[in-house]
Amino acid sequence: MDVPHVPGARVVIRTLEREASARRLLDGVVDPEIPVVTITDLGIVRDVEVEGSTVTVTVTPTYSGCPAMETIRADIISVLSRAGFDRVDVTTVYAPAWSTDWITTDGRRKLRDFGIAPPRDLGPDPIGPVVCPRCSGESVTVSEFGSTACKALLRCVACLEPFDHFKEI
Amino acid sequence: MTAAAPPRLFGAALALGDDNLVLSQRLAEWVSRAPDLEEDIALTNIALDHLGQARALLRHAAQLEGNDRSEDDLAFGRAERSFTNLLLVEQPNGDFAQTMARQVLFDAYQIPLWDALSGGSDATLAGIAAKAYKEAQYHFRHSSTWVVRLGDGSAESHRRMQSAIDKMWRFTGELFEDGPEATEPDGLRAAWDGRIAAVLAEAGLERPTDSHFATGGRHGHHTEHLGHLLAEMQWMYRTYPGLEW
Repeated sequence: MDVPHVPGARVVIRTLEREASARRLLDGVVDPEIPVVTITDLGIVRDVEVEGSTVTVTVTPTYSGCPAMETIRADIISVLSRAGFDRVDVTTVYAPAWSTDWITTDGRRKLRDFGIAPPRDLGPDPIGPVVCPRCSGESVTVSEFGSTACKALLRCVACLEPFDHFKEI
Repeated sequence: MTAAAPPRLFGAALALGDDNLVLSQRLAEWVSRAPDLEEDIALTNIALDHLGQARALLRHAAQLEGNDRSEDDLAFGRAERSFTNLLLVEQPNGDFAQTMARQVLFDAYQIPLWDALSGGSDATLAGIAAKAYKEAQYHFRHSSTWVVRLGDGSAESHRRMQSAIDKMWRFTGELFEDGPEATEPDGLRAAWDGRIAAVLAEAGLERPTDSHFATGGRHGHHTEHLGHLLAEMQWMYRTYPGLEW
């Protein structure tokens, strides 16, 4: 990279590069309960800040009681420490509250491919029905609570397969 | 009351944290004992939501206090008289109808409460409330569905559901008493009344009369049940102080 002759520029650029590299590493941290999606896909990484050899990662929880948060925190510390950061701080913010609308398009596709019906868009348009991730058939709700805090259990009325639905919040 | 009157915001975070912690512990008692597998998972999920809310609130309370007490110290190191949760949430599970009665009465209180607190001036509390507001709506949908199903079910399920509502009703007066700042926003009672009236009407249940309310939880005066709950919840931490999972 061409470094302009400005005092301090080298430090700034190095910090930006370190920040970008930290973000790339976070792209590889997966949700321990749904390992096909990363924490970036889920939209829970709110900020990454590098100062010297310290990196501060700010995350927001999905559901208040999501037990995966502890593992995610440990994984973030582990992956960034191994990459050479001397100190990794993971802080939690609650505002603004996480919404499933923050899950990336790529994340939604990965969920569907994995057999989990992705959350519907909570935007201004009326919310449509949940369709089967296998055959796109119509579904009925078996239970609003599923194998993890973020999922509900549904059944397809076409192919009869039960499936998880990432519920909207 | 604790010896020194705590700052209002600390008191509010603590009281709301205690509500959720105690209810979470109660709901967790259902694990592996619920009527069916889906219900077992549902109750566990709801318990987890309340636990997560409790942890965030107690962590916030600990920071507000600035007294080197941690979230765990607040949860496991305080005695019964220092807990300021509502009496309603500490009531034993009883049969499934009683658990659902307790839950619906509490969920209908939490929805407007979180809604109001999410617009409050303390950013952390507002953030916790905004998240919890979304979760409380799920909880209410679940509990109200069961109350209607049991109330409008067989003669036996109707009898049990009515008796459960009657039993829990005397702990609802406390929901609207003066307590720590920010726990009784305006309009809370009307919002609660509206939701509960609609559920009871659909379930074919009678609204009990408002008399002889038991109160005191917000001031540390509890029913006999809280001490037993805390003994089970706290013994490990007290046996091995500072223990981490």
